[in-house]
Amino acid sequence: MKFEGTSSYIATEDLKVAVNAAITLERPIIVKGEPGTGKTMLAHEVAKSLDAEIITWHIKSTTKAQQGLYEYDAVTRLRDSQLGDEKVKDIKNYISKGKLWNAFESDKRPVLLIDEIDKADIEFPNDLLLELDKMEFFVYETGETIKAQNRPIVIITSNNEKELPDAFLRRCFFHYIKFPDPNTMEEIVEVHYPDIKKDLIQEAFKIFYDIREVPGIKKKPSTSELIDWLKLLMTDDVDAKILREKDPKKLIPPLHGALLKNEQDVHLFERLAFISRRENENVE
Amino acid sequence: MFINFFFDLKQASLPVSLKEYLMLMEAMNKRVVDSFNVNDFYYLSRSALVKDERYLDKFDRVFGHSFKGLENPEGETIKEIPEEWLKLMGQKYLTDEEKKMIESLGGWDKLMETLKQRLEEQKKRHQGGSKWIGTGGTSPFGAYGYNPEGIRIGQKEGKNKKAVKVWDKREFSNLDGDVELGTRNIKIALRRLRKFAREGAETELDLDNTIKSTAHKGYIDVKMMPERRNKIKVLLFFDVGGSMDAHVKICEELFSAARTEFKHMEYFYYHNCLYDAVWKDNNRRYNDNIKTWDVLHTYPSDYKVIFVGDAEMSPYEITYPGGSVEFWNEESGETWLTRMLNVYENAIWLNPIPERYWDRIASTSIIKQIFSDRMFPLTIEGIDQAMRELNK
Repeated sequence: MKFEGTSSYIATEDLKVAVNAAITLERPIIVKGEPGTGKTMLAHEVAKSLDAEIITWHIKSTTKAQQGLYEYDAVTRLRDSQLGDEKVKDIKNYISKGKLWNAFESDKRPVLLIDEIDKADIEFPNDLLLELDKMEFFVYETGETIKAQNRPIVIITSNNEKELPDAFLRRCFFHYIKFPDPNTMEEIVEVHYPDIKKDLIQEAFKIFYDIREVPGIKKKPSTSELIDWLKLLMTDDVDAKILREKDPKKLIPPLHGALLKNEQDVHLFERLAFISRRENENVE
Repeated sequence: MFINFFFDLKQASLPVSLKEYLMLMEAMNKRVVDSFNVNDFYYLSRSALVKDERYLDKFDRVFGHSFKGLENPEGETIKEIPEEWLKLMGQKYLTDEEKKMIESLGGWDKLMETLKQRLEEQKKRHQGGSKWIGTGGTSPFGAYGYNPEGIRIGQKEGKNKKAVKVWDKREFSNLDGDVELGTRNIKIALRRLRKFAREGAETELDLDNTIKSTAHKGYIDVKMMPERRNKIKVLLFFDVGGSMDAHVKICEELFSAARTEFKHMEYFYYHNCLYDAVWKDNNRRYNDNIKTWDVLHTYPSDYKVIFVGDAEMSPYEITYPGGSVEFWNEESGETWLTRMLNVYENAIWLNPIPERYWDRIASTSIIKQIFSDRMFPLTIEGIDQAMRELNK
């Protein structure tokens, strides 16, 4: 089993090495990176390329580790006992399986995505230490041990809102997806829109990387935003010439709403664009 | 060889453990990557040993140091490109017009000679500008430039013919470098500070909600709520004397106003850089000083440390023993700062000087590096980010 990237996902060399190491050693891999660099996508693509089932577990601030294993529904059981339901005799009827349990039960080696682990409480990763290490856990209510039939490929994403505990990190591989350089970016766009006009791409790229370089911008546009923007440009059939526009009245690139997501950034950008154009004119 | 590398990493105080090293060995053993390819080994070891992007740059530096001279035979450095080879290539690819341009510069030999000289003079990677070899400039040497008679080095590089080694690119060197400047407003800063101090993960019994819920459901339903207790403990270090005094005053007011929000708050003064002693009363600083060792031993490592200072001084004051302007320090400021950072994991530096000047001041860059980029401007945005960093 080796991950080589897919027709719809460009994986850099270092990412491939990290993912393959995690697959071979059957250990979780933590993926960090700027928002929109394809962290969550990675898990889906790994599953696709290995032809494995994907089980996603989205983490929220209220998520507890136990919920990933199983939940015991005491309230329903209490009600059923009052109503004299037959089901009440078997405790198994009230245990609902969590994502980890599902993953452990799978016949074929699945991909388990634990998305945005940093959203949860600081203790959350520690509570899953043993479960992810040994790939087994104990169900107290029924006294059975659930052991993984096939150790799932665990991909964990983090947005760096909280530091993860050392003990947890030590057991994982780590990869930081850095922002793609223009060459990789070209491949990524190619994969998404194979028939986009070459000159449009070039002009769009220039604007995109220029915007990312604007000092003091609060939210830098990311890959996914570039892809959206290109899509808009294509649907509107914007000509590359318009992107090359030097008219000071049309300073802001068309459909910039897809790239700049907050009004301070738009103001800042307008101001800077104005200054730079004015300088250009002076030179001319 | 690998053991040495591991100890080099330890030496550079990267948080690597035996478990991770064994993991790397296991991966090598299972042939995750082709073990004869240094690049792959670099990727693998990075993924196994580094667990926080903050350390990536440090790792790159140690890797480069430990495996110097071990790179692929194909991974030639710029200096090793044979002259004839370039000459032949030039004849093959240059247009007649471009060849004429070379002649106008004094001929091919002259150009090569200058290139050699420049290579000798220049030890660092360079970008922009008009003299040095690098990228994006107008110098005749380097890639992506505007000079038509330039020698293009490494512009269209093949996969195995990288002129610069991957780890030498230091791509992660400014991972968290962009901090915003905002308006100065002490009230908002205070609110941010309070928010920081009042976050807690522990839970306590929510009595009202439990009673309500129990009545509603007909059985005892215990409700918990997050405990809002002040559990943040802070050590503050203020730079006093000289240009910093006005800023320190603002800062002191700010933190005293937020004082009730912290479980413990201790403050100390230092001058320019941290050395073997700090003091609490500025008037009696020469009599009543406190040994820095005592500070390190008194306050446990769960304290959060905030340095406030402009970090503007002569670089010697940080890097050399005896560099202090006031007395003879046995050990360098860097040693003391590193010691401090080794004890207190959550430490940041607040700098009242606007961020855009930091890179131009050598000492500020050094301290920023010592703090692994955890230096923030003394603005709302900066304080906000600093507190977020401390809360991690």
